[in-house]
Amino acid sequence: MKAISGERKRTSRLKEKTLDGYNFAYLDDQTKRMIRRATLKAVAIPGYQVPFGSREMPLPFGWGTGGIQVTASIIGIDDTLKVIDQGADDTTNAVNIRRFFAKTAGVETTENTSDASIIQTRHRIPEVKLKSDQIIVYQVPIPEPLRWIEPREEETRKMHALTEYGVMHVGLYENIAHFGKVTTSYDYPVQVNDHYVMSPSPIPKFDNPKMDKMPALQLFGAGREKRIYAVPPYTKVKSLDFDDHPFEIESWSECCALCGSSSSFLDEVITDDKGSRMFVCSDSNFCADRRAKGHKGPGLPRKFEIKDVE
Amino acid sequence: MYVAVKGGDAAIENSQTLLAEERRGDKRVPELTLDQIKNQLSLSVDRVMAEGSLYDRDLAALAIKQARGDIVEAIFLLRAYRTTLPRFGNTVPVDTGKMQIRRRISATFKDLPGGQILGPSFDYTHRLLDFSLAKNSNAPLAKEASEDVLAEMPRVTELLNDEGLIEKEIDDNEQEPFDVTRNSLKFPASREARLQNLARGDEGFLLALAYSTQRGWGKTHPFAGEIRMGEVGVEIIPEELGFPIEVGEITVTECQMVNQFKGSATIPAQFTRGYGLTFGHNERKAMSMGILDRSLRSKELGEAVNAPAQDEEFVLSHSCNVEASGFVQHLKLPHYVDFQSELVTVRALRKASAFSEKNEDSTDSKNVEAAE
Repeated sequence: MKAISGERKRTSRLKEKTLDGYNFAYLDDQTKRMIRRATLKAVAIPGYQVPFGSREMPLPFGWGTGGIQVTASIIGIDDTLKVIDQGADDTTNAVNIRRFFAKTAGVETTENTSDASIIQTRHRIPEVKLKSDQIIVYQVPIPEPLRWIEPREEETRKMHALTEYGVMHVGLYENIAHFGKVTTSYDYPVQVNDHYVMSPSPIPKFDNPKMDKMPALQLFGAGREKRIYAVPPYTKVKSLDFDDHPFEIESWSECCALCGSSSSFLDEVITDDKGSRMFVCSDSNFCADRRAKGHKGPGLPRKFEIKDVE
Repeated sequence: MYVAVKGGDAAIENSQTLLAEERRGDKRVPELTLDQIKNQLSLSVDRVMAEGSLYDRDLAALAIKQARGDIVEAIFLLRAYRTTLPRFGNTVPVDTGKMQIRRRISATFKDLPGGQILGPSFDYTHRLLDFSLAKNSNAPLAKEASEDVLAEMPRVTELLNDEGLIEKEIDDNEQEPFDVTRNSLKFPASREARLQNLARGDEGFLLALAYSTQRGWGKTHPFAGEIRMGEVGVEIIPEELGFPIEVGEITVTECQMVNQFKGSATIPAQFTRGYGLTFGHNERKAMSMGILDRSLRSKELGEAVNAPAQDEEFVLSHSCNVEASGFVQHLKLPHYVDFQSELVTVRALRKASAFSEKNEDSTDSKNVEAAE
């Protein structure tokens, strides 16, 4: 999405870097156009799930094909792509998707959140605040937030059309009645622009507040379910709650063992078979960045030493 | 230890090299050729083409070789390749009435115009392992028939049609047919969308559902009016010519199921149809499809809908094995962020609950937690 910096550079790079026998970013131009049209419609109707003619990709359904198709249709040769899974750039699926685009589109890739023009993600939003010249593409397994209440598409589409969301609040209420609190911890439903109830994809609810009035464009692709939806920049995104039971996010009593951060989402790592564990940032780039700036965490529990993981 | 969770390029590359090595197997054994797969595993090739929605025996054979014989994986390979192919136009509907018949049977009439033609079939083989095949066999040559097969084999359903005993099937669709490979399925689905979905649906899934409705989960227990298999011409009408020209020939299996219908206030009792069609030779699939096509018409025909095989959203949303295989296996992907959120929640709930209070002083409360 960056400004085009000269036709000659583009063509030579296209020839040099993309996979022989395949189109730029795998998909043919008709398909990309179809996906872009669906994406534009999604941006125009925030939170509405737009059906699209999802294609079979060379990666399995359920592994990010929706996000991959959205990314493939918006990416240009001058883009810089970051791919994360569980917040990390180095998990196998993130590596694999990044390799796919490096191979089929020949674009620059980065692990640095602020250097990326497109960030494709599974299950996390980076800790660093995204900017207005960035696009975040979420991989979505089940785009329908009402699915666990009503399995039929015929019904859920009607419920959305009529903004008939009472059942969602009943569900939350039952949760509070049983457990004293809402027990949904990820894929926590949100309402976009005071209208459509939307699945934020299975991000932890910790990340939900980041979606609200985010300067970056948020695109969601569900390949297997053949749906695209979007949240335009600076749009209101509210997690469902009650006045007397306001939405709350996870917190940890520990800080990151490596960088000492106490404001990031922490993953628990089991360090031995005696129940010892350490907590580390799920956002690997955020953590590495802090360490580079000299921040240091308490390290491994007890007798363990931190090894530099770089 | 924390280093171990880092995946990365090297691990993936090594895994793929190992996969290639295992695919090849023992190098003292000659490598499979695509010709061998095409000729001697022809029914695998047929299934991969049908569910891969791409009629190309060479590519299907390549997919089977690359997938190490894993048929669902081969179907996936073919589908992903199909995405990249340009579309030149639509063919004229194939006319199975003009099929060059290799097999044609009817279970509803003992004899009928055109006759019963068994063709190559497993049906009446005794399923005895043939140990002579373990060595290289000299396959016998089948004798040629003394009579020619009819060039235009009449359809059983048309014979019933003459008496008005079976519902007519008229193409009243003025618009271009819905295309499930280009559009997201909508419900209620049109008949063409349903048939396309079933034609590329997983054979095992269709088989199990068809079986379920025969057993009483729903009640589609039809007659196999006719099954035919053979070659049909594929024609296109180039704009500059304005008349059809044949561009190729494909093998298909067609099944017409005949099902009872008691009639309603507006329609007298008559037989209804269920239709199945697959690429290649695959009667199990074509028959399952025919049964399901009919059972999914329950709502339209005013029958009670209470079994999975009658529920179009249930059947059509779960028939694709490329989708199903991907989504089931995506559970292998890391989910530790979601799991961490659940850990936080479950710990908080346990802390608040009576169960935890009771065990508060117990020394092994930590172990109980770890075991759950």
